[in-house]
Amino acid sequence: MTIAQLNQLESEAITIIREVAAEFENPVLLFSGGKDSVVMLQLAVMAFQPARVPFAVMHVDTGHNFPEVIEYRDRVVDELGVHLVVASVQDSIDAGRAVEQTGPRSSRNALQTVTLLDAIAEHGFDAVFGGGRRDEERARAKERVFSFRDEFGQWDPKNQRPELWSLYNGRHRKGEHVRVFPLSNWTELDVWRFVAERSVELPSLYFAHRRQVIRRDGMLMAVTPFLELLDGEEPFTELVRFRTIGDATCTAAVASTAGTVDDVLAETAVARITERGATRADDRISEAGMEDRKREGYF
Amino acid sequence: MELLRFATAGSVDDGKSTLIGRLLYDSKAIFEDQLESVERTSRERGDAHTDLALLTDGLRAEREQGITIDVAYRYFATPKRKFIIADTPGHIQYTRNMVTGASTADLALVLVDARKGVLEQSRRHAFLASLLGIPHLVVCVNKMDLVDWSQQRYDEIKAEFRSFAMKLDVRDLSFVPISALHGDNVVERSPNMGWYEGSSLLHHLEEVHIASDRNLIDARFPVQFVIRPQHQSSHDLHDYRGYAGTVAGGVLKPGDEVVVLPSGLTSTIAAIDTADGPVGEAFAPMAVTVRLADDVDVSRGDMICRVRNRPHVGQDIEAMVCWLTPASELRTGAKLAIKHTTRWGRALVKDLQYRLDVNTLHRDESSQALSLNEIGRVRLRTTVPLFFDEYRRNRATGSFVLIDETTHNTVGAGMILGPTEVE
Ligand SMILES: Nc1nc2c(ncn2[C@@H]2O[C@H](COP(=O)(O)OP(=O)(O)O)[C@@H](O)[C@H]2O)c(=O)[nH]1
Repeated sequence: MTIAQLNQLESEAITIIREVAAEFENPVLLFSGGKDSVVMLQLAVMAFQPARVPFAVMHVDTGHNFPEVIEYRDRVVDELGVHLVVASVQDSIDAGRAVEQTGPRSSRNALQTVTLLDAIAEHGFDAVFGGGRRDEERARAKERVFSFRDEFGQWDPKNQRPELWSLYNGRHRKGEHVRVFPLSNWTELDVWRFVAERSVELPSLYFAHRRQVIRRDGMLMAVTPFLELLDGEEPFTELVRFRTIGDATCTAAVASTAGTVDDVLAETAVARITERGATRADDRISEAGMEDRKREGYF
Repeated sequence: MELLRFATAGSVDDGKSTLIGRLLYDSKAIFEDQLESVERTSRERGDAHTDLALLTDGLRAEREQGITIDVAYRYFATPKRKFIIADTPGHIQYTRNMVTGASTADLALVLVDARKGVLEQSRRHAFLASLLGIPHLVVCVNKMDLVDWSQQRYDEIKAEFRSFAMKLDVRDLSFVPISALHGDNVVERSPNMGWYEGSSLLHHLEEVHIASDRNLIDARFPVQFVIRPQHQSSHDLHDYRGYAGTVAGGVLKPGDEVVVLPSGLTSTIAAIDTADGPVGEAFAPMAVTVRLADDVDVSRGDMICRVRNRPHVGQDIEAMVCWLTPASELRTGAKLAIKHTTRWGRALVKDLQYRLDVNTLHRDESSQALSLNEIGRVRLRTTVPLFFDEYRRNRATGSFVLIDETTHNTVGAGMILGPTEVE
């Protein structure tokens, strides 16, 4: 009587999701159309079937989107009958809550924190599911599954609640909230195995397609209306896919011929660069970039 | 492919970070960009060789101090197994981190420096592993290169460790002589220690038998969430009522006669639903949804079990408790929130019987309080009955956490010894 590791990870995630639904008044699941959030939503469906997912999903929208992803997002939300909250970075900028960076290397990624925290306060969300995985990045390796945030939305890595067995403590005061990471123990390969095994549909961007790109800092950036070109940057067409999907200005593609889930699985199994190192322009800013950003309340 | 969770503990400089770095590196779990960043840091610090230990070093504060100060989780896989490492600091001031990392581990890996032998710290690590009910203990005698690969030295350490471990509740104890720095006996058998007949560490981790560690005897199903579809569109689901939860012990099958605690009402299991449809059996740690044949009242916090095999039901329990916070102490008379399985209540500390010295195992019966990192035996009285087993018999139904009612912080970790004997 053994349980395969992927099923064990699924069971663990489902246990976490159900615990949140049972203990919080107003949870929300962050859903961007990126593969981790898609997998998380799928697990939420599995956790409550045949009933509907008993909480809303939220997209923190930088406005710099790939149209395929928005189309995908709306279709999935519609099919599942879940309520979608869109928190818009543009609205935060218009309201003077966030100040847009300028110049060709500017990105709205960091501004998402303001929008996210404002939306959490506005809707009174007390638990926020995120798709973060501990294998992604060193600061995340120590983050709890139930990660407590104070009334400013801040994470204090030195003052985390001990988390033992699977006895999660979600107690908090009004105004505080808990970030919950059901995929904590998943690796990128586990995510793809799940996609394959459960035949999960993903946005088409995850599979090889021809696209206009430029080469910047050794990465392939998609040419979009939001990307300002630097001197000497020449767009060219390349067969690419995305390993992560976020803001269009700071998510890079990788050259790839992987057109199916199985192809991607094969590529992922031998990948020699982490998905963030390969494709997240903004995480390269500093070694401790993610830790600083997380302290302030980022995903 | 199976999942193996293991916790590592070692005193500072025993080579724990080097060993984990090597396991990750040799199993190709390290990506080039991670390695590059470590190589850069090593160069900047002027290290003679790339310090693989840096791979397991996380937050900024730790980088500055050069030590690991919290539980960090690492992942690697071989074609046989996926591994989750709970990497915990070894110093006594981090006992709570060790306890945390050990709580979910199938196996504990304790490092001993071959030159120094079995130290007080090694004993403490072994004791904590046994207290937390980790079924398998592997002692890595490290830095064998510095003792000329001496079999005699290895045998001495082994004998000393064994004699100490006899006092503990360790089910499976094994030893591997290694050099984490050079890789001997980590992934491949070492040509430098021809006298060693056992397997390499990684091979041992791949092969150690964990399937029978789980309790498959006492069926325990704490109800986590009641599923009742509400949408109008599906009339066929109108009467659906499922009890969602994660099996905490034993095997559940459709047709089983069950009792629901605390009501004591009995029924039979009509079906067990999963994402893959109905299944013929469910066991720990599967997350499933149980449907009962009768319309009995069941809610979150209830426990479904077999009619003839019930857990203890009671409000008076004895437990070993590890105190986890510097902000307060555990004293007789303290009132705390308690979470046990899917059940919350309040607990009153009736009596602190003794504090245990985690180094010597000496029991201090005159102790008045448990402070951060201290472990003691306590009697608790709870406001609601708990449905529990001895921790040694079942880690899921034998464990609880204590929560401060003002700060909401998790302040205590408890392992149940049994119901309080009536005097
Ligand atoms: N000669 C030798 N040195 C080792 C070995 N393993 C670790 N070291 C060294 O011992 C020191 C402490 O190792 P580290 O992994 O940082 O220890 P930790 O504090 O237990 O994580 C470092 O200088 C390592 O290079 C070994 O097998 N042989």
